[in-house]
Amino acid sequence: MLEIHQLHKSYPIGDSSLHVLKGIDLTVESGEMVAIMGSSGSGKSTLLNIIGMLDEADSGEYILDGLPIKDLTEKKAAVYRNKFLGFIFQSFNLINYKNALENVALPLYYQGMKRKERQELAMFHLEKVGLADWAQHLPKELSGGQNQRVAIARALAANPKLLLADEPTGALDTKTSYEIMEFIQQLNDEGKTILMVTHEEDIANMCKRIVRLRDGVIMEDKKVQQERVSAYV
Amino acid sequence: MFRFLFDRDTWQEVYDSFSKNKLRSVLTMVGVWWGILLLIGLLGSARGVENSFNRLFGSFATNSVFIWGQNTSKPFKGFQEGKRVRLSLSDAKKVEDNIDGIEFVVPRNRNQATVVRNFLSGSFAINGDYPLLDKVQKKKLIYGRFINQNDIDDNKKVAVISEEVYKQLFEKDKNPIGEYIEVNQISFKVIGMFENGNGNMGPSSDIHIPFTTFQQVYNQGDSIGWMMITGKPEYSIEQIETDAKLLLKNLNRIHPEDNRAFGSFNLGKEFAKIKGFLIGMQFLTWFVGIATLIAGVFAIGNILLITVKERTKEIGVRRALGATPFEIKRQIVLEAVFITLVAGLFGIITGGWILIALDHFFGQGTEAVIVNASVSIAIVFIALIILVILGTLIGLIPAFKATSVKPIQALREE
Repeated sequence: MLEIHQLHKSYPIGDSSLHVLKGIDLTVESGEMVAIMGSSGSGKSTLLNIIGMLDEADSGEYILDGLPIKDLTEKKAAVYRNKFLGFIFQSFNLINYKNALENVALPLYYQGMKRKERQELAMFHLEKVGLADWAQHLPKELSGGQNQRVAIARALAANPKLLLADEPTGALDTKTSYEIMEFIQQLNDEGKTILMVTHEEDIANMCKRIVRLRDGVIMEDKKVQQERVSAYV
Repeated sequence: MFRFLFDRDTWQEVYDSFSKNKLRSVLTMVGVWWGILLLIGLLGSARGVENSFNRLFGSFATNSVFIWGQNTSKPFKGFQEGKRVRLSLSDAKKVEDNIDGIEFVVPRNRNQATVVRNFLSGSFAINGDYPLLDKVQKKKLIYGRFINQNDIDDNKKVAVISEEVYKQLFEKDKNPIGEYIEVNQISFKVIGMFENGNGNMGPSSDIHIPFTTFQQVYNQGDSIGWMMITGKPEYSIEQIETDAKLLLKNLNRIHPEDNRAFGSFNLGKEFAKIKGFLIGMQFLTWFVGIATLIAGVFAIGNILLITVKERTKEIGVRRALGATPFEIKRQIVLEAVFITLVAGLFGIITGGWILIALDHFFGQGTEAVIVNASVSIAIVFIALIILVILGTLIGLIPAFKATSVKPIQALREE
C-alpha cells in the first residue's frame, strides 16, 4: 500500500537548516493500523504531511499503491489528495459556516460529483458515523466528539485508500477519545488502512503497529496486540 | 471552462461566504455603490443641463452672428467721426455674395409700437422679416403659418404673433387666426401664433410682419436694422464676422480700423463657450465617477485580502480535501466580481431613482434647469463591463495571495 525509502527532509532556519527526517524507511500494508509516535520535534508530523502530500520530501522515494509520488505540482497533489487520501485533524477543521452534510460533501464537490449524488453519498457516510439526525447542524452546534465524527465522515466520503489522522483525539476528553478510537477501529476492521500520529500511549496501543520516531529516524517499529476499546468500557 | 458559472454550488459557495459576513460585505459594497451612483447621477444631470441648453438654443442656428450699424469713431474719406451708419438691403446682398462659407443672410428691421385690439393694448416689438428667418430661428407655431414669399411680394398686412402677445390681446381659448390687430392704427390680419420658446437668445420677437410691409409702413427705404448671418457648419463664424465687417466698412466708407462702427453679437462664439463648459463638466463627471469607482473597487480588493487572510485555514482545509489552486482562485475572483456587480447594479438602480427625483423637482415646465436628465443604456452597460473587468483584476490579487501559501502552512494557521 505504502512504501517509503530513505526519505529526507530539512527546513531552512536562518542561514543553517534543520534536518527533520534523516532517512526514513517504512512500508505499510493494506489493512494495517499504524500509530506514529514520538516527542515533539521528532519529525512525526512532517512524515505524516509528506505522506499526505501536503509537503514534499527533499530526497527519497514515496510510492502509494504502486504510484510513485514525485514532482508534484499543486494541482496534481490536490487531485491525488482528493482521490487517495482522507484527512482527520486534531482540531477537526470543519468549515464553520457549512452544516455537517455540506462539510462531508465537500471532497465530493471537488471531485466534480453532481449535487444530488453528492448529498446522498454524504448522507450515507453521516449515517455511518451516527449523525444523520444532525446533518443540518453547523459545527458550532455540535460537541467535539460529534465534530470529529463529521470530520471522519468527510475523510471517508471520497472512499480514500489511506486515512491519515493527525492526533485525532488530541482535542477530546478521554471518554470521547475512546469513542472516536472505537469508531476508527471499526473502520480498520472493515479494511481501511489507517496511519495515525499520536503521543498518547493508550491511543497508540489501540492500533496494530507502533512506529516510534526520535530525531528524524525510526527508533522502533513493532506490531502490538491491539487493545479493543470495547474491552475498556 | 465557464460551465461552473451555471453550477448551483458555485453560487452557493459565493452566497455562503457572503452571508457569513453580511456587515463586512455590505460595507465593502458601499464603495462601488457610491461610485456608480455618483457616475450615473452626475452624468444624468450633466445631460439634463445640456438638454436644457439645447432647448434654449434649439430653435436657433447657433453658427450665427448679428451685425448692426452704430456711429463711426474715426474720420475717413472726408466724413467726420460720429457718422451714423445705416446698413441697407444691398449690403446684406453683397455680404451674401462675397463672403466665403455663408449659408444665409437675413436682413431684419424692428420697431417698438403700440398694438391695439378692441379694448386691449400693449407695447410690442414689431419685426419686419423675410420667410428665411424661419430657417435660422425656427418658430414653433401653435396656430397658422409663418410669413411667406406671397406676403412679401404683395406687401400684405399680415402678422405672426407670439404667445405672449396673444395672452395680452386675446381672450382665453380664442383662435387668433383671421383676427385683426392694430399696429400704429393700421390693421394687420393675424396668420400665425408661435410658442415663446427660445427664451433670452437674441432680441425678443413679439410680432413679425412681412419685410416689405414694414418698409412701407415705417417708410424705411432700403435701410435695415441689422442682419443675421449664418455660417455653414464647417466654417468659423468668427472669421465670417471679421470678413463681413471689413466688407461692410468698405461699402459704407468707414475706416478699416474703426471698431465701433458696427455692433455685433456672435452667437456662435457664445454657444461655443457654453459647449466648452458642458464638455468640461462631462469630463469632470467621468473623471470623478470613475475615480470613485476605482476607489470603491480597491476597497473591495482590500476587504477581500483581509477575508482571504482570515480564511487561510479554511482554504488550507479545502486544498487538503482536493481543491486545486485554480478552483480556489476562481472562487475568490468570482466573489469579487459578484460583489462589485451587485453593488454596481444597486448603484445603477439608485442612480436612476436620483435622476427621477431630479426630473421631478427640477425638470418640470418650460423654464426647467435640467431637462430630461438621463443616462444612455450604452453608458450603463459600459459601466457594468468596466465593473466586471475591475472586479476580476482586483479579485486576482487576493486570489493569488490565497494560493501562494502552502496548504501545510495554511493548516497550521490558527
